[in-house]
Amino acid sequence: MANVRHSVALTLEKCKGCTHCLQRCPTEAIRIRDGHAQITTTLCIDCGECIRTCGYQAKHAEADPFECIQDYKFKIALPAPALYGQFDHLDDINYVLEGLLKIGFDDIFEVAQAAELVSGYSRRYIMREDVPKPVISSACPVIGRLISIRYPDLVDNVMPLHPPVDMAAKLARIVALKEHPELTDEDIGIFFISPCPAKVSYLKQEAEEDRKLVDGVLSMTDIYKRLVQVMKRGDVPPPRSKTGRVGIRWAGSGGEAKALSKHRHLAASGIENVIKVLDSIDNDTLPDLDFIELNACPGGCVGGVLAVENPFVARSRLLYVERTMPESRNWDFSKKQDSTFIPGDYFLEESLLYDPPEALDPDRRQALLKRMELERIAGELPSLDCGACGAPTCRALAEDIVRGTATIKDCLLLDRVRSNQTKEDET
Amino acid sequence: MSELVKLHYDVDGNDFAAAGEASMKIKKELRNLGFPQDIIRRIAIAVYEGEINMVIHADGGTADVSVGLDEIDITLADKGPGIPDVEKAMQKGWSTASEEVRSAGFGAGMGLPNMKKNTDEMEIETEVGVGTTIHMKVYVA
Repeated sequence: MANVRHSVALTLEKCKGCTHCLQRCPTEAIRIRDGHAQITTTLCIDCGECIRTCGYQAKHAEADPFECIQDYKFKIALPAPALYGQFDHLDDINYVLEGLLKIGFDDIFEVAQAAELVSGYSRRYIMREDVPKPVISSACPVIGRLISIRYPDLVDNVMPLHPPVDMAAKLARIVALKEHPELTDEDIGIFFISPCPAKVSYLKQEAEEDRKLVDGVLSMTDIYKRLVQVMKRGDVPPPRSKTGRVGIRWAGSGGEAKALSKHRHLAASGIENVIKVLDSIDNDTLPDLDFIELNACPGGCVGGVLAVENPFVARSRLLYVERTMPESRNWDFSKKQDSTFIPGDYFLEESLLYDPPEALDPDRRQALLKRMELERIAGELPSLDCGACGAPTCRALAEDIVRGTATIKDCLLLDRVRSNQTKEDET
Repeated sequence: MSELVKLHYDVDGNDFAAAGEASMKIKKELRNLGFPQDIIRRIAIAVYEGEINMVIHADGGTADVSVGLDEIDITLADKGPGIPDVEKAMQKGWSTASEEVRSAGFGAGMGLPNMKKNTDEMEIETEVGVGTTIHMKVYVA
C-alpha cells in the first residue's frame, strides 16, 4: 500500500474519545485508542464524515494558510464553483471574482470554466465504443479512493480524464505565461479554493508524485471570511467570468451528469448512497447506464465540509445566479457529436489501480484460521456494537483481536454479559 | 484443526433488490481472506445466479459456502418447484421465467449455464414439488 496523503486532522485536546466518528466512518477506519480517535490511513478515503459528525470540533480539514500565496509574485485563484453558492443575495458571480482580486490575487481561472471543457470531452469519451460502461466520474477524489480499496472490478470504469481542478491549474499556468511574458514559471502561484479535504489530499498527493498542479490548496471557509469583508454591493464589477451554466452546475449533485444528458445517467450523493450505487454496479444489478456521477458529500461539492452554507441553500443560490448566464462559454453543447478526439493533456497520467486493504493474514492458511477464530470471538461478544472498546462494532473488535491490535479485555461489557448468562443458566 | 470457514446466508424470496446480497458479502469475505481476484469473481457470479434463480423460481432459499485452502464449496438449497428436465434447464437461453420476470431483465436462461461455466464441479439434486439443491466447487490453484 502506497503512502497516501490525508487531510483530516485531529486536535488531540478537543477529542473526548466518544464514539460518534467511530460509528459514522464508512470504511471503519477509525478506532479510539488511548482516549482519542485514530485513523487507519490505508482505509481512510477522506470523505469528511468524521469532521461532519464530531460534536466537539476536534476534527478538521488541513488546508494551506492563506499567507502562503505571498511566496509568489503572480497569484492565481482557482475558485471551485461551489464558492459562488456561499453568498447571500448574490446575483452576479463577478462580485466574487472581483473580491478575490481585492484580497490579494492577481488573476483568476474559474474551475467552472475547465469543467465545461471536461464536460465536452467527457461526452466524447462516453461515445467511444471500447469504453467499459457505466463510466464513473473521476471528479470526486473520495470515489476514486473508495473504488481503489473496495471495488477491483470497477477501477477500469472510472473516467480516465483529469477532473476540472487539474485542467484549470494546467490552463491557468499556460494562460498566465502567455499573457505575462515577463513572468517565469516560478513566479506563478496557483491556488485552489477547496470545498473539501479530499481535494486537498488529492492535490497534495499529486504534488508528491511529481505531478504538481497547484501551489497550494486553500479552505473555502477561510476565503469566504476574507471575501465577505471586501465584497460590496453597488460597485458593479467588471465582467470577468468566463463560465456558463454547465460549469456552475458541477457544484451540485447531478450537474456533471446533466451535461451528458443525451446519455443514460445516474447521479448519487452522500457517501452511504454512493456505496449503495457502487455495490449495485459491482453486483451487476443496475440497469444499463452510460454514466454515473458520484459525490461523497450530500448534495455534491456544495456539501463539502469546508463550505460555509448548507448545501441546499447553496444549490438554490446557484440556480438563481445561473439564470442569467449562457449555457456554456467554453463548449458548444448544442452541436451534434461529431468527434471522439480528446487531447492527451486531458488524460490522467496513471489509471486507477486496485489497492486493497491488508487481508487477515498474508498466508491464506493463517487467514482462514484467523477468520474461524474471528467467528468464535464474535460469538462471545455481546453484539451491542456500543463502541466502548474503541472499535465500531463487536465484529470489528473481533477482527482487531485476530489481527493482534486489540484484546478481548477491551470489551467493557463482556464480564457483565457473561455474569448475566451464568445467572440465566442457574435459574 | 482444518482450515474451513463456513459462511451461511438466507436468500429472501420475492425481493429482487435483495438478490445479490449473499454474493456481495461472500466477495468481501474472500477478499479479506486474500483469495485471488479471478476466483472471487467466478464464485460471486455463481452465487449471484443462484440467488436470482431462488428468488425467481423458489421463493428464496439458502446459500452455504465452505471456504477451504484448496477449494471453495457452494451449496444453494431451496424448497421450490424443482426442475423437471435438468438437461433442458442447462441449455443456454432456456427459461421458464414469467413474462413479468423477463421484463425486469431476468430469466434470460443463462443462470445455470453461467454457474456451470464459472465453477469446476457442479451437481444438481432436484425433485419436482420438493426443491432443488445445487453443489458447486471451485478449485483454488
